[in-house]
Amino acid sequence: MSSTIISLPDQTTARLPRKSYLNQEYGLKSWLLTGDHKRIAILYLISITFFFIIGGILAGLIRMELLTPAADLMATDTYNKVFSMHGIIMIFLFLVPSVPATIGNFLIPLMVGARDLAFPKINLLSWYLYVIGGIFILAAMVLGGVDTGWTFTTPLSTHYLNTHVVTAAMGIFIAGFASIFTGLNFIVTVHRMRCPGMTWFRLPLFVWGHYATSIIMILGTPVLAITLVLVAMERLFDIGVFDPTKGGDPLLFQHLFWFYSHPAVYIMILPGMAVISEVISTFSRKRVFGYTAVAFSSVAIAVFGFLVWEHHMFIMGVSQYSALVFSLLTMLVAVPSAIKIFNWAMTMYQGSITFETPMLYAFGFFGLFTIGGLTGVFLATMGMDIHLTETYFVVAHFHFVMVGGMLMAYLAGIHFWWPKMTGRMYPEAISKLAAVVTFIGFIVTFFPQFLLGYLGMPRRYAAYPADFQVLNVFSTAGASILGIGYLLPLFYLPWSLIYGKIAGDNPWQATGLEWQIQSPPLTENFVEIPIMDHEAYDYEWLANKTQHEVQTVG
Amino acid sequence: MDSQAYASATDTLPAEHGHPPFLRHHFESVSQQREAANFGMWVFLLTEVMFFGGMFCAYLIFRNWYHPAFVAGSNTLDITLGTTNTAVLIASSFTMAMSVYAAEIRRRGMLMFFLACTIVLGFVFLGIKGVEYHQKFVDHHVPGPSFSIEEFVHPSNPKALALTPDMAEKTQLYFSLYFLMTGMHALHMIIGISLLFFLLWRAYQGAYTEGHVMPIENFGLYWHFVDIIWIFLFPLLYLISRYR
Ligand code: HEM
Ligand SMILES: [Cu+2]
Repeated sequence: MSSTIISLPDQTTARLPRKSYLNQEYGLKSWLLTGDHKRIAILYLISITFFFIIGGILAGLIRMELLTPAADLMATDTYNKVFSMHGIIMIFLFLVPSVPATIGNFLIPLMVGARDLAFPKINLLSWYLYVIGGIFILAAMVLGGVDTGWTFTTPLSTHYLNTHVVTAAMGIFIAGFASIFTGLNFIVTVHRMRCPGMTWFRLPLFVWGHYATSIIMILGTPVLAITLVLVAMERLFDIGVFDPTKGGDPLLFQHLFWFYSHPAVYIMILPGMAVISEVISTFSRKRVFGYTAVAFSSVAIAVFGFLVWEHHMFIMGVSQYSALVFSLLTMLVAVPSAIKIFNWAMTMYQGSITFETPMLYAFGFFGLFTIGGLTGVFLATMGMDIHLTETYFVVAHFHFVMVGGMLMAYLAGIHFWWPKMTGRMYPEAISKLAAVVTFIGFIVTFFPQFLLGYLGMPRRYAAYPADFQVLNVFSTAGASILGIGYLLPLFYLPWSLIYGKIAGDNPWQATGLEWQIQSPPLTENFVEIPIMDHEAYDYEWLANKTQHEVQTVG
Repeated sequence: MDSQAYASATDTLPAEHGHPPFLRHHFESVSQQREAANFGMWVFLLTEVMFFGGMFCAYLIFRNWYHPAFVAGSNTLDITLGTTNTAVLIASSFTMAMSVYAAEIRRRGMLMFFLACTIVLGFVFLGIKGVEYHQKFVDHHVPGPSFSIEEFVHPSNPKALALTPDMAEKTQLYFSLYFLMTGMHALHMIIGISLLFFLLWRAYQGAYTEGHVMPIENFGLYWHFVDIIWIFLFPLLYLISRYR
């Protein structure tokens, strides 16, 4: 491909760097006790992949059950447990840590020009908390499961179910602190660890996105933690806070839960948007259009995201006046997302676009997130919401943003920085295939769910009227395609660790500081702390620098 | 002994080469490390505010709905013990501030003394809290099957207002919140005291009096924060309409 900008080093002479963070030390202990943000990122990568596979298998079971109208594959209460565990695992153990704890952990210090995150030990602690939380949740699953849905709705979760709610809540509580610590580390790092010359407006947008995410993590997650404590207390000691028979209020639970969980959906998308900014700029060879607008839109999302939670409660008997206000605010919160979309489009406009795998995933993100976000605005309209809430329309909405948006962005990021993380390229052709298969599989799986929801199929039931079967068969068929799309990277990425082409320092000719050092990086990241003397995404600077190097070498 | 010798040895090194032993490798300078740690603590305290915020929110709502029940419940608390505990906590904040000062002027003995004082005051607080909790058990005011509304429907104190049984039931909610909030506060105290023991032990080894004040300073922030939470809890739980 002559048009590509990939600049792989000459294969005959290419060598991996002699020393890197990967071979600094060997042995399991050197990994489990590491303070290196890059190794912790790899630990996270492995563990979230593990949980993604479990969550994926559960999703497969759901789709299999829904192939036929009758509840025939599993008992209905088993079905409840399956979709609940699917939701809990995917949200708290995969999507929340997905980009920040892996790619973000790996890159934030590199991007701000620091040797590590501010608190390496807390970073490691965060991983351990995540794993312990994961074990609790797995234990809840193995011991008999939870069937409240990922939303732990009271009084269902506190009074009517005898499943392992407390165990699962404990797991989420602990994993929540993992995410708080990640956020705390990022915020302090961005404030205090920037290298000389790295002003706020020279930070890559990736860092801005993660900064905004971290704000939500530290302000939202504690509220979830206390809410789950209250649920556990309610179950264990009958304290009555959520129990109407004692004067308590189940709606209070909804308020507290969604006060976290709506902002949390932005924890699950902002890092994805952060990845997309980098990818789009690199493969259009242009500075991100409207840098400041994109940067501030991240912060705006973080702030306004805290003001819209009630849109999950429109039918729960809240005051119609407050519902009106929240409906309006919800529509407003879509504005910063739209700003991003338009700015990315303008970035690509007249850029020299190339279609590397990360870019394909980014295109996937583009389309799917836009549909997901727009249907969110449908749901924000109260009249529509009364018809659509608790139907497959909502399921389709959030899968478009979370799977179509975040997961696509995650895969874009993994492919984009794979050469930096491992020093080797992924196989190009098959990964492009995977990106396309994922996209097609996604559309076939989830688009029919919009129609199903619109026609009135409720979510969270194992059985449905026979009229809905055709669309459900489509959806299940799509899920199989999607599964293949996800399986491919699981094979070719490990394969590339040994057989992949050697990547060199800067295979994409990208401008970020992380690309100016060796791949994989040294444990201490930089031999000497860099001095930032140019703007972010300054391709001219890069061209000059490369020319200079050629001259001095040649 | 050893650690002091070590510390004075590094002090004599020329500034450019002499990284103090406590400077972590990924920081460029001591001041950067200190600022980062400090800032990190503030951010952490922000998360704590949100954590307690959930309970305060629940408190506000139910207090609004069931005000008479909350007043009645509040009046059963022992104001003397509560006030004493407030004084004890404020005193402990003072000794903690003195510990930071001692570390700053590098006086190991003084540091250890004030840390020990803080520990003692912390235990006094928990002890008094224990007495109060015990009293609630005796009075059947602990939410749960043994909870009794008798005292609120037929008050033993002739001056107290009698509640209707329906409203009296809601005192249970008050006591739930009372135990939750003070319990969560006490948990923070227990964690704080455990950390204090660790700091005391390290101070004994001479860790914080050689220029590395930051852990003491940071812990001080945490301790004051826990104190402030109590400063909010005390009026909200003990002083509702007391003199009306
Ligand atoms: C772009 C603007 C967005 C708007 C206006 C919006 C609006 C809404 C509304 C009104 C609902 C409530 C539907 C109902 O239950 O009746 C909803 C549900 C949901 N949204 Fe969004 N949304 C947006 C973006 C996102 C994003 C970015 C994510 C995640 C990455 C997300 C994830 C979810 C989830 C998970 C639910 C369902 C929760 C549940 O009931 O299980 N949304 N959205
Ligand atoms: Cu929402």
